[in-house]
Amino acid sequence: MNVRIPFHLRFLFATCALLCVAGAAAAELPGDSLYRLDIALVDQDGHGFRLAERRHKPVLVSMFYTSCQYVCPLIIDTLRKTQGALAQDGGKKLDVLLVSFDPERDTPARLKQVFGERKLDANWTLARTDETSVRKLAAVLDIQYRALANGDVNHSSTITLLDGEGRILARTDKIGAVDAEFVAKARAAR
Amino acid sequence: MTMRALAVALLLCATQAAGAEYAQVPGGTFASVLPADLKDADVTVKPFRLRTEPVTNAEFLAFVAAHPEWRRDRVAPLFAEARYLSHWQAADVLGANALPDQPVVQVSWFAAQAYCESEHARLPSWNEWEFVAAADATRADARKDPAWREQILTWYARPSGAPLANVGGAANFYGVRDVHGLVWEWVGDFNALLVASDSRDQNDPDRLKFCGAGAMNLRDRDNYAVLMRVAMLSSLKASDVTGNIGFRCAMPSEAAK
Repeated sequence: MNVRIPFHLRFLFATCALLCVAGAAAAELPGDSLYRLDIALVDQDGHGFRLAERRHKPVLVSMFYTSCQYVCPLIIDTLRKTQGALAQDGGKKLDVLLVSFDPERDTPARLKQVFGERKLDANWTLARTDETSVRKLAAVLDIQYRALANGDVNHSSTITLLDGEGRILARTDKIGAVDAEFVAKARAAR
Repeated sequence: MTMRALAVALLLCATQAAGAEYAQVPGGTFASVLPADLKDADVTVKPFRLRTEPVTNAEFLAFVAAHPEWRRDRVAPLFAEARYLSHWQAADVLGANALPDQPVVQVSWFAAQAYCESEHARLPSWNEWEFVAAADATRADARKDPAWREQILTWYARPSGAPLANVGGAANFYGVRDVHGLVWEWVGDFNALLVASDSRDQNDPDRLKFCGAGAMNLRDRDNYAVLMRVAMLSSLKASDVTGNIGFRCAMPSEAAK
């Protein structure tokens, strides 16, 4: 049977379906979900995305900046090791989202360069956002940072594991080695 | 519509239409308690505009009416803890404990930021606030004056249980009111003030914990009044509220646009 629905009705249905889906998705986000923070990010390939698009899949989140000489390379190493430790029991590799403190210098092209230099794989996203959004993201991740006159950024280093709904499952300040407690919590919550 | 409701509506319209007053601050180079290089470098503040008064309960009520996602009964816990606006009689009623012209308090950093965005503004940076707070009525920088310091410390020493005065205290050098003596204020970079060091199991904990630099070296250590603000702001999370922290907003300088 081939029922032809008039165009204006089809449009109405489509709009309604879209609105319903969007409405339901927004309504379902828990109150403490970090995905309620509606900031616009751009990844190393220049694709724009919102935090909430990360929904339904756990993710390791931290912040960094590419011109950093000391901690930031270690943050990537630590994330990689943590990813590895979590995958040891046959689980899938977790996604990693690293957002820059330094939107001025960390353009998508620069992020792409570091992505290649550090041989990161498809599980990784290096991203930038605007200055105000950096401050908001740091606030929900409980990360402190301060831009210095010489271009360095003084910052604390925290790795946060979010569940599929954007809620905090585990956090660690341990950089340089895998935090066994963090991994245990992450495993238990999976 | 009752006459009272009409009056309230007109008042709200008037408040919104009139817009908040901002004072032009010329900016300059000064000795911040938080040196630019963490050691002893002066800080340069670019010209900007600062709200002459802290945001009031009436103004914040108009904001939550226009942006109901910031009502205390609807706000996401991610953005404001349970005590958010808890001194108001209801989510949309000020009541006896929140007079219209008192500065709004019990607001989180996120709520303050959202309010300023609704005014096409932002929260001032710590250095901007500190720059303006260095002034007394006649001098841009009165911080070395012991009498002035004493006056501010006297305010901090007052018991905190007393009801807050209305906004509109005496103007300082820049025409900005209530910087001292009324409420403490959120700043945009509240989570950037004291990036405290924390020893880790690596060789050089400062280097490893923080990119490029160690912990902050506080300058002007006898300026207790300002250092107390730094300590207080540093202890807060962005969703926290307290009974004595309000805010005002800042904007780029008109000339700089």
